Order: sequence, then structure tokens, then C-alpha cells
Amino acid sequence: MLLARVSGTIVATQKSESLEGMKLLLLEKIDASTMKGKGDFLVALDSVGANVEELVFYVTGSSARLTDASKGKPTDSTVVGIVDNLEKDGKLIYQKSRDI
Amino acid sequence: MIFGKVVGTMVSTVKSDKLEGVRYRLVEKCDQRGEKLNDFLIALDMVNSSIDDVVLLAQGSSCSWTDLTKNKPVDSIIVGIVDLIDEKGKETYGRFKRKSS
Repeated sequence: MLLARVSGTIVATQKSESLEGMKLLLLEKIDASTMKGKGDFLVALDSVGANVEELVFYVTGSSARLTDASKGKPTDSTVVGIVDNLEKDGKLIYQKSRDI
Repeated sequence: MIFGKVVGTMVSTVKSDKLEGVRYRLVEKCDQRGEKLNDFLIALDMVNSSIDDVVLLAQGSSCSWTDLTKNKPVDSIIVGIVDLIDEKGKETYGRFKRKSS
């Protein structure tokens, strides 16, 4: 799983039928040493109801199809969780209630 | 599998794998000498690792093949704690050597 910040949502009227009604998120990958964006973006399916600015983690590859929301759908990256706390080297480097 | 060093822990309550009783670890990729590579990922901890352990990571769909993670959206898990790495007859990393020093 990789860390990313939700930077927006995607609207696509014409898409694969099985993707209808699914929320697509624009994610920016995060460097955990600085907690800043890497300037590297991707689009992922949402399975947890993540909001803009939240720190999330996502899976890629065939694992992306294993959530209830994405089962059998043509996706290769799915957001599978919203981060509450992240600790690194004994320090709390991210806390949702504090940082958002 | 690749090497990683456990550097932290992640807590999440809203998640779609519905797993309980296992921890997510923040892992920094490292080489066979234990040198960190400044590339981070989140992995499910199957072996109860501790901070600073060099661990083995399995990635991709293979991760859904353990009993716990069957059909769960998980793409990287910690499957082992490295005790010793021997490269061309030379010990490049030793878990217990590090702990005693």
C-alpha cells in the first residue's frame, strides 16, 4: 500500500459501464520523510468515502479489485483506507484531527 | 520479495479490508546491507515485527494468499524478519549484531 493525499475528484461521463456510480479520486503521492507531495499524481477508485485533503492509502494491481466496491470492475488502483495517525521513528508525523 | 526497514506504524479506522488485530507498518525500502533508500510504503505486519527490524516484503497479488488476507485488498505484507544476510560469503547484515552494538 502507498500513501497519498486526496487532491481532488474526477468526473467522467463516458466511462466503462461497470464504473458508473463509482467515485474517482485524484491522488498525489506523499513522501513519508517530509510528508510533502511528490508532484506525482494518479487516479484511484474510492472504496471508503475519502475527502479532499485527507491522507489515504491505496492498493495497486489486481488487489485493487478485491474491495466490495471494486469487485469485478476495471480498476488498477483503489483507495482502501483513511489514515488516522502515522508514526515514524517514534514521532507522530501525521494526525488527522490535528493536521486537517 | 524485497527488503525493508520498519520505521513506524499507521493507524486507520476507516478501511475496506475489515481486518482486526493486525498492524500496518510504515516501511522504508532498504538494500541488502540495511541501508535505507528513502522510499516508503505501508505493509500489513504478519510477523509482529519491531521498529528498526529489516524485514521481507511480499508485494502484489501474492499478498492475498495468506489465510488472514484471503480476498482482501492488500498489496504488500511483511512475511519475515531477517536475521542474517550473507552476500558472497560476507555477512552484510546481522539482526543480533546490530542489537548488541
